[in-house]
Amino acid sequence: MAAIFPVSSQEKHEKTKPSAKSITLRISKFNPGKDHAPTFLEFPVSYEKWTTVLDAILEVKNYHDHSIGVRYSCRQAMCGSCGMIINGKPKLACFTKISELNSNVVTVEPMNNFPLIRDLVVGFERMFSTHKRIKPYIVREDSEISSGTKEFLQSPEDVEKYIQFAGCIKCGLCNSACPTMATDSTFIGPQALAQAYRYIADNRDQGKDKRLRIIDERHGIWGCHFAGSCSQVCPKGVDPAMGIQLLRGYLLGYKK
Amino acid sequence: MEKDRKEGIRGMANPGRYGIERVAYWLMRITGLGLLAYFIGHIYETSSLLDGKAAWNSMLELTQTTEGHIFLALVIGMCVFHTGNGIRLMIAEAGFGFGKARRPDYPYTPSSLNMKNKLCIYVSIGLAALAMMYGLGVMYDV
Repeated sequence: MAAIFPVSSQEKHEKTKPSAKSITLRISKFNPGKDHAPTFLEFPVSYEKWTTVLDAILEVKNYHDHSIGVRYSCRQAMCGSCGMIINGKPKLACFTKISELNSNVVTVEPMNNFPLIRDLVVGFERMFSTHKRIKPYIVREDSEISSGTKEFLQSPEDVEKYIQFAGCIKCGLCNSACPTMATDSTFIGPQALAQAYRYIADNRDQGKDKRLRIIDERHGIWGCHFAGSCSQVCPKGVDPAMGIQLLRGYLLGYKK
Repeated sequence: MEKDRKEGIRGMANPGRYGIERVAYWLMRITGLGLLAYFIGHIYETSSLLDGKAAWNSMLELTQTTEGHIFLALVIGMCVFHTGNGIRLMIAEAGFGFGKARRPDYPYTPSSLNMKNKLCIYVSIGLAALAMMYGLGVMYDV
């Protein structure tokens, strides 16, 4: 049986004592409807080993400036809401610990290549519309729910072929990092292309030809120059760059 | 709502923040534009033949200076890197060299940014540097 020792008030104080470490959090403030140019507000924020950038932003929002616009929800890298540029790279704020940034100054800005709504919040309408364009669902004549059919069985090997790409949380970090998205407003983007591969690689799906027709254009799959930045920033290991190149394999006839 | 917060051409700056693959993308663009400029200049240079031997020789003399040698060495480097990296891209963009898609495990290491690809980029840069040194050696009779 484990012995229980009372914790002295001194020890209690030591454990709850706030960290001496602090950083300067620079937050981009810009309301396109009111302001002329973005400005940066600076706040000193103390942090612990486990403090995330989102924690720091929310502390500033709660105690210093309530007007800061930030979108977040799950706080555990599952909803894809809190994507932003952190020290120059697109990251999820809830998935980025301040201690891992190794910097005394943490600068947060809204994601690139998206329309800005306010401060750190960007609009996802275009990304969602390109996502819908590639038919992000199983396309086939029959259905699992119609009478006379059974569930479409898959072997573990069949699942392995697409499960990596099914992890996409639509956070938009890949589109923000993509150099083609940076200059081509009509490029479909790595998020949608990786999802096209996810459904084409699914052996239950019969919509391969339809999807390939949609993406087989200059501003579609051929706009990708394989810089790999999308895969570099993906917080879920989806690896959009790999999906896009495998998809090209289908289009070029190297894969069936 | 503001129009797109496009990174634009600024996205080309500081390519190192996204790793060697983004540097290769940046170099591929720069060397491509450089080779295009050289190609246009080369047509202009060779067209001087139409004006006779003297005009051709005076055009050739432009490349016999230190600046001309450095320029030609850069052209050699651009050509070798663009070729080496171009072959890597042609193979990769046909879907080869990534292995199979598999369930990702934390800390997610993307297969598309694997060592084979990185090595090809470093080899392309290395070969370009070697070719430039060889070219300078020939031009300076070392």
